[in-house]
Amino acid sequence: MSDYSEESVRREVTELEGRSATAARIFDLRRIIGGLFVLYGVIVTIAGITASDAEIDKAQGVNINLWTGIGMLLLGLFFLSWLKLRPTPPPLPEDGSPGEREHAEPGDG
Amino acid sequence: MLNCRVQTPTYARTELATELRLPTNGLDYTILAIYFVVVLGIGFAARRSVRTSLDFFLSGRSLPAWITGLAFVSANLAATEILGMAANSAQYGAYTVHWYWIGAIPAMVFLGLVMMPFYYGSKVRSVPEMLLLRFDRAAHLLSSILFALAAILIAGVNLYALAIVVEALLGWPQWVAIVVAGFFVLAYITLGGLSSAIYNEVLQFFVILAALIPLSVLGLRKAGGWGGLTDRLTARHGDDFVTAWGGTGIGSANPLGANWLTIVLGLGFVLSFGYWTTNFAEVQRALSAKNLSAARRTPLIAAYPKIFIVFLVMIPGLVAAALVPGIGTAGSDLQYNDAIPYLMQELLPNGVLGIAVTGLLAAFMAGMAANVSSFNTVFTTDIWAKYVVRGREDAYYVRFGRLITAVGVLASIGTAFLASSFSNIMSYLQTLFSFFNVPMFVVFIVGMFWRRASARSGFWGLLAGTVTAMVNYFVLYKRDIVAVPTDQGANFVSAIAGFVAGAVVMVIVSLFTAPKPERDLQGLVHGTTSPGMSEPPAAGDDAWYRSPALLGWGAVILAAACYLPFSI
Repeated sequence: MSDYSEESVRREVTELEGRSATAARIFDLRRIIGGLFVLYGVIVTIAGITASDAEIDKAQGVNINLWTGIGMLLLGLFFLSWLKLRPTPPPLPEDGSPGEREHAEPGDG
Repeated sequence: MLNCRVQTPTYARTELATELRLPTNGLDYTILAIYFVVVLGIGFAARRSVRTSLDFFLSGRSLPAWITGLAFVSANLAATEILGMAANSAQYGAYTVHWYWIGAIPAMVFLGLVMMPFYYGSKVRSVPEMLLLRFDRAAHLLSSILFALAAILIAGVNLYALAIVVEALLGWPQWVAIVVAGFFVLAYITLGGLSSAIYNEVLQFFVILAALIPLSVLGLRKAGGWGGLTDRLTARHGDDFVTAWGGTGIGSANPLGANWLTIVLGLGFVLSFGYWTTNFAEVQRALSAKNLSAARRTPLIAAYPKIFIVFLVMIPGLVAAALVPGIGTAGSDLQYNDAIPYLMQELLPNGVLGIAVTGLLAAFMAGMAANVSSFNTVFTTDIWAKYVVRGREDAYYVRFGRLITAVGVLASIGTAFLASSFSNIMSYLQTLFSFFNVPMFVVFIVGMFWRRASARSGFWGLLAGTVTAMVNYFVLYKRDIVAVPTDQGANFVSAIAGFVAGAVVMVIVSLFTAPKPERDLQGLVHGTTSPGMSEPPAAGDDAWYRSPALLGWGAVILAAACYLPFSI
C-alpha cells in the first residue's frame, strides 16, 4: 500500500486546496435565500390579503396565507440583513485571510 | 426512512389514492416555476467556482458550518423520509420519535465529536478512501462498488416515488415527472458540482419548513389541539399510541414489533450509527466544510433542527390517523402514505398549497441529488482514478466527473422506469442494500479504536457483517425460522446480528494476519494524531457557542428532555 498512504492523500488534497476556486468565487447563499423568500413572502402575503371567505374557512378559520407570507417575508429579510451586517469577506486566496481559508499547513509540503 | 437505512412503508406502498388530486391553480404553479428557475440559476452561478476536482466533488473544502450543517439535515430530509415518517406515525403513533431522538441525535453527536477529526484531519475525499488508508484495497473496492450501486438505486427509487406522488397530486404522467426532475438534477449538479447540490439542499430545507409548519398548525387546530388529538387517538388505539415507550417491555406486544432493547441497540446504536457516521451521502456534507472546526460542527448544527423536525412529520401523521378512522386498512381509500397529501388537500388554500407542492418536489429532487453527488465522487475518485485511469491531470477528472454525473442520472432514470414495472424486486434490492451500512460501521469502529485490527480484517468484516444481516433477514425471518412480529422489528434484530458477526470476524482475522505498521496508522486510529487534526482554530472559532463539546452534549440533553413528556 505504499502508493496510497495517508501522506500521499494529504499531499494531493493539499495541493488541490491550493488551487481551489470555491472560496474565492462562490456566491453568497444568503442573497439567494433572502431574495427567494422575500419574493415568496410578498406573493403569499398578497394571496392572504385578497383571501376569500371560502379559503379562510378551508384553513380552519385562519388566514394561513397571510401568516405564512409574513413569516416567509421575515425570514427573507433576516437573511438579507445578515448579509448586509456581515458581508462576505473579500477573498484573499494568496495569503489565506482569516475566515476564508485556514489550510496553510506549516509542517506539510 | 433514511433512504436505505430502515424500511418504512414508503416504497412498497407509494401508490396514492387517485382522489388526492390537489386543487392547484396558476398561483401555485407560479411559485413552483420560480423555484425551478432559482435551482437552475444556482447551478449556473456555481459553475464559475469549479476549477479543480476538489471544487467539483467537495466544494474545495471551503463552505461555512451553517451551510454544511443545514445541508447535512436536508440531505436526509428527502420526500421519501417526510411521507414515510408521517406514514409511520399514522400507523404506529408516537413511536416515530425514536427514529429522531435515539435513532439520530446520539449518532450525529458521535460523528461530530469523535469521528470527524479522523475523517477531516486525514483529508480523505470519501468514506471508502478512509477504508483504503486504514485497511486495504479489497475493503476499499468492495465498499466503493456497493456504495455506488446503492446510491444509483436509491436515486432511482426517489425519482420513481416522485413520479407517483406528482401523478396523484398534479395529474402529470409518470414519465413526464421522471424526465423533468431528472433533467433538473442533472443540469445543476453537472454545472456546479457539490456546491450547487449543497446550496439547493439548504434552500429546500427552508421551503419544506414553510410547507410543513402551516400544515401541522392547521392539522392540530382541526383535530382540536394537542389535547383533542391525543384524546381521540387514545380512545381509538389505546394509551400506548401516544407514548414513546408504552408497551415496549420485552415480551409484550406492540404495533412496532420491537422491544426497548432492540430499539436502543438495533435502531439507536447499530442502524443509526451505521447510517449517520458512514453513509457518504451524509458525511460528504461535513467533508466540504472549510476547516476542522466547521466540519465537526456540521452534524452538531444539524442535530438541533433534527430534534424538532419530528413534530412536523409526526403531527400530520397523527392528525390523519385521528380524522380518517380506517386509514391504511382495506376499508379505506387512504393509505398511510397519504397522510400529508390528504391534509394538504383538506387544509391548504392556493398560495400555501403552492409552497407545499414546491417543498415536496424540492425534497424529492434533493434526495436524489444527494445520492447523485455522492455517487459521482466515489465513482470518480475511488473507482476510476484509483483502478482504471490513474495519474491523469486534474482537469481530466473534473470532465470525467461531469460525464459520470450524466451517466448516473440516466441510470437512475432507468432504475425509476424499472421500478415502475418490477416494484417488488426493487423493494427487495433496497432492503438488501440497507444492510450494508451496518458492517461499514463495525469496520470503522473496530478499525478506529483497535490498532491491532489488521489490513485484511476490513474486507472480511464487511463481507461477514453484510452476509449475516442478510441471512438473518431474508432466510431466518422471512422463512419464519425465528419469530419477529414485523419487518421493522426484524430490521433491528438483523442489524444487531450483522454488527456482532462483523466484529467477531474482524477479531479472528486480525489474530491470524499481520498488524498494520504503526507509522501507517497515524491519524487513523484513536490515540494517534495527524497534522490535519492540530490545525490552529480560525479567528472566532474559539467562541463558547462554537465549542463542539457544548453543542454536542447540548443536543443529547435536549433530545433526552424531549422524551420526558412522551414517557410519563
